Amino acid sequence: MTAVADIQEQESWFHRNQQRIAPWLFLAPGLLFFMVYVIIPVFQSFNLSLYEWDGLGAAEYVGFRNYEDLYWEWVDRDAFYISLKNNLIWLLLYLLSIPAGLFIALFLNQTVRGIRLYKSLFFFPFVISQVVVGLVFTWFYDPTFGLLNEFLGFFGLGPLNVLGDERFVTYGIIFAGLWPQTAYCMILYLTGLNAVDPEQIEAGRLDGAKGWRMLWHIILPQLRPATFIAFVVTIIGALRSFDLISIMTQGGPFGSSRVLAYYMFEVALSEYGFRMGYGAAIAVILFLIMLCFIAYFLWSMYREEKGH
Amino acid sequence: MFPKPIEKQPRAAQITYQAMLPLALLLWLGPLLAVALFSVKPEADFTNANYWGMPSSFEGAFNYGQVFFNSDMPRYLLNSFLITVPTVIGAVALSCMTGFALGIYKFKSNLWIFFMFVAGNFVPFQILMVPVRDLTLQLGLYNTKTGLVLFHIAFQTGFCTLFMRNFIRALPFELIEAARVEGISEWRIFWYVVLPLMKPAIAALSVLIFTFIWNDYFWAVVLTQGAESQPVTAGITSFNAQFRAAYQLMSAGSIVAALPPVAMFFLMQKHFIAGLTLGAVK
Repeated sequence: MTAVADIQEQESWFHRNQQRIAPWLFLAPGLLFFMVYVIIPVFQSFNLSLYEWDGLGAAEYVGFRNYEDLYWEWVDRDAFYISLKNNLIWLLLYLLSIPAGLFIALFLNQTVRGIRLYKSLFFFPFVISQVVVGLVFTWFYDPTFGLLNEFLGFFGLGPLNVLGDERFVTYGIIFAGLWPQTAYCMILYLTGLNAVDPEQIEAGRLDGAKGWRMLWHIILPQLRPATFIAFVVTIIGALRSFDLISIMTQGGPFGSSRVLAYYMFEVALSEYGFRMGYGAAIAVILFLIMLCFIAYFLWSMYREEKGH
Repeated sequence: MFPKPIEKQPRAAQITYQAMLPLALLLWLGPLLAVALFSVKPEADFTNANYWGMPSSFEGAFNYGQVFFNSDMPRYLLNSFLITVPTVIGAVALSCMTGFALGIYKFKSNLWIFFMFVAGNFVPFQILMVPVRDLTLQLGLYNTKTGLVLFHIAFQTGFCTLFMRNFIRALPFELIEAARVEGISEWRIFWYVVLPLMKPAIAALSVLIFTFIWNDYFWAVVLTQGAESQPVTAGITSFNAQFRAAYQLMSAGSIVAALPPVAMFFLMQKHFIAGLTLGAVK
């Protein structure tokens, strides 16, 4: 009798508290995975950046020495300085994909025959892996047969070895990166333009607004959500740039196209030897830069949530 | 509609627009078309420096045949599928549940857990690299597809949770309340009420994650090496090392490697764009 009562008791306890327990049961597997593979490793990297470790033997605690070394690389305008500088260039120039995407979206926002296919084909570069984009542009810049030099030769210029020249290499890689990123921004704006309120446009037209004024005062404010997402993905994309650099130049020539993401990888996992602690310190710096943006994004989202 | 519809413009503007469309497209896809052209050329064209002229003979079948029958490419492609498909299933399944938990229930830490998923999704890969590689080594999963899949599932859960939670938030909450009044258990509400409504989100997320994971290069390099477990993005570099200076084969290989996500995009275009632009419209 008591056993049966116990079971009923238990069932009803679960039943009564179902709505309190259920979310945690639903969260458990996802949260566990995310904790183990994402959240905890962030803290482990912070910790590791205080050690010197080759990935195999025992780790030696060195305090902030890794950061001191980075500081001297900064002062001596060494690899760390170049990487950070290139990161800044990436960040600024990558943002060009937003106006460029808007421009193409405005160009394609028509209803002529076959326009849907055009829109898809313009979006094409985003779907292709960055590895292939990197290869495509390596050949595009090739000094012996690349399309760029064919084009320059047409005007009697060149040949220009973009990827072999310290002055141009980073810009060349960023230009390749802009290609898929512009396609992404374009699709965001095309969707946004689709939802622009036609009545407001009509009202604007009656007030005599057209062209630039219309775009600036009536259209762009309505595209704000699309612009916000474009900013988020572009900034994150710029700071994550790795694939293109790895494929196109491997950081060269003479390390002049490195960014923090690539430099970290080089220090921790390639011919520089396995300096895991030093790599972790670079990763921490990159993380802190990213954190400024992440905090801003979360803050915007928080305001939105509370606004509802 | 903005800009002004071209039909309402003068005839000359219409004709100019119609003419500019294909030109602009040609310019936009130029570098890619160049690779497509390379991939059907015979080897002789490259030794004779005939890079941009017409192919002296059409060798598409031979070049692509080489890629498929005379290299590790099929192996890499298979690996990519065996990594991508389980990741899509895993990440979508986990995030259906986390999204449901965060979208439906009100509890104190709800928003904080949600923000943790969002923030985690934005961190640079490098800060995870050493610990994740170490963990994978310790689990004995280094250089296996499983090791890569487990990490991808975990990391993609961040983005997927953001997506699913916002989607579920937009569903009519009365449905759930009505089901609760009927005394239906929470699990059954999830399975029979909410999940069927999530089909469009599941479809959109699946194609997106498929593309993201297929195109991943960084983690493939960090967690695998060698043809038995590397996906095609990492494999293509060894492929290219093998066929160095054989531009026609490298081109064909690149196109083959790029094709699956492209096919996915064209087949599921509506879902793909719906997923990518979620939140771009209020």
